[in-house]
Amino acid sequence: MPEQRVVLRNCGVINPGSIATYLAVDGFKALNKARGMTPEQVIQEVKDSGLRGRGGAGFPCGLKWELARNAPGDTKYVICNADEGEVGTFKDRYILANDPFMLIEGMAIAGYAIGADMGYIYLRAEYQYLNGSLVKAIDQVREQGLLVDFDITIRQGAGAYVCGEESALMDSIEGKRGEVRYRPPFPPTKGLWDQPTVINNVETLMNIPQIMLNGADWFNGMGTERSKGTKVFSVSGDVSKPGVYEMVLGSPLRELVEGLAGAERVKAIQIGGATGRIVPYDMMDTPLSFEDILGAGAITVFDESRDMVDIVHKTLQFLAEESCGKCTPCREGTEVMAGILERFARGEGDERDIKDMERLSQAMMLSALCGLGQAAPNPVLDSLQHFRGDYESRMQEKRGSVAR
Amino acid sequence: MNDHLQVSSSQYEDKGNLLLRLEEAQHRLGYLSEQAMSELAESLGISVSEVYGVATFYSFLSTRPQGKYVIRVCKGLPCCLKDSDIVISSIEAAIGIRPGDTTPDGKFSLELTNCIGACDSAPAMLVNSELHVGLTSRRISQILKTYE
Ligand SMILES: Cc1cc2nc3c(=O)[nH]c(=O)nc-3n(C[C@H](O)[C@H](O)[C@H](O)COP(=O)(O)O)c2cc1C
Ligand code: SF4
Ligand code: FES
Repeated sequence: MPEQRVVLRNCGVINPGSIATYLAVDGFKALNKARGMTPEQVIQEVKDSGLRGRGGAGFPCGLKWELARNAPGDTKYVICNADEGEVGTFKDRYILANDPFMLIEGMAIAGYAIGADMGYIYLRAEYQYLNGSLVKAIDQVREQGLLVDFDITIRQGAGAYVCGEESALMDSIEGKRGEVRYRPPFPPTKGLWDQPTVINNVETLMNIPQIMLNGADWFNGMGTERSKGTKVFSVSGDVSKPGVYEMVLGSPLRELVEGLAGAERVKAIQIGGATGRIVPYDMMDTPLSFEDILGAGAITVFDESRDMVDIVHKTLQFLAEESCGKCTPCREGTEVMAGILERFARGEGDERDIKDMERLSQAMMLSALCGLGQAAPNPVLDSLQHFRGDYESRMQEKRGSVAR
Repeated sequence: MNDHLQVSSSQYEDKGNLLLRLEEAQHRLGYLSEQAMSELAESLGISVSEVYGVATFYSFLSTRPQGKYVIRVCKGLPCCLKDSDIVISSIEAAIGIRPGDTTPDGKFSLELTNCIGACDSAPAMLVNSELHVGLTSRRISQILKTYE
């Protein structure tokens, strides 16, 4: 299966600074078509397409919209999650830089469908250099009279990984510390300023205009049973051609990593960033889908020269730093694990440490409040399962390299 | 002028929004002084500790004076795989400070940061809001020269 460009179809084709070039490739036809339908019909089309969220959790998009549409509220909101904080992900940056118009069109369709009058793009602090061109793109769409009863504002984040989590993100837009909220209620019923809110990833919203134009049947003709359409992957690490690649869901990992990105002598791949899964080379034929492994599509490749203890140590250091500290199992658990891995990296770890990490993992997966703490044990458990040898050689040698 | 938190002016319409006001103060003053925070607390009718709580939560807000240019070198895993540690050492050598510090002339601050979303051309760094990628020791000195 080669590359298939649906989400990225205009990237490198249009001039992101000129709406005329977007209008020339059927731009805003989908929005016009949607406005000719009832909001319910639009939502039904998205439901029928089988589109699931591309921000990591894979929640059905149409269902989320329907919940927000049906929820009582004076004002409703659409939020585009452009926080992209997961380690190894950069596809949203690529999209925002190359095709802001299709995103805006997707947001406008979402706004029409749920009956929102306001949309926010929450742009991570690290992407501030994209703020100006996004503002210009929104201005051009507004000048064309294409934002009817719906406006879009950019909110600039201020640097916090956890603000990518939807409830923390909404707190941040409200001007507070970005802390994860207890749920229910969920955003579609009680979100931003307690109003019904749809929050979608950049890539999710990019699919909407194409679904409206070509129909649900076209869309769900691509992919697997429970993973429809394409996915945009961010490939980095030990590959000769790092970058952004879009493939039909269900494509084998090998095609992406070896075929497109040109990896050789692969030892392991981290799929989905710090909270994702680590798979060994012999799982290279795993399909990339929600049924198997996907996340937000970060693919970090490690060749045979890499030691997995160092990789997992760095990963847990990151999670310990970015844990928001609201719940104890995650706040303490990530610290303790990072500490143990540090000892392994110095060659001072032992069997008892491994037992401790396994026990902690169980507790965190069961009791952490949000996805960060629940998934933080993934890299530890996966590496213990597939790369036990790397831990054992650290224990035998009683020496190791501490990477900074 | 410290421009790394510059945002479009229309966003300040939301007068009661603490984070927006902090971002604006950071932009104006280069950092969040105690005076700025207590004035903000007063004008919003909230406690200073609440203001401080938000100010310290976000890594792009600073309660200490910062250099004119804030260098944020990525220490994320994909950048590490591309020898970001060598880049960090060359910056330390070039400007004579360690991460967390500001040069005595107030020109540069150096920080290490998590993934900045440019792993496809790692190693990467931000100087204020400008992105620099594909860093090497040789390029570091050229890039730093462009900041006066
Ligand atoms: C710690 C944490 C960080 C997250 N970061 C992001 C992010 O940067 N971007 C994103 O789209 N979703 C992120 N998510 C997922 C969001 O909570 C949410 O599921 C998503 O924005 C919903 O949009 P979607 O259904 O279109 O995927 C994160 C979740 C967690 C638990
Ligand atoms: S799991 Fe971690 S990041 Fe999530 S709420 Fe708890 S402490 Fe915060
Ligand atoms: S790890 Fe450095 S940019 Fe992603």
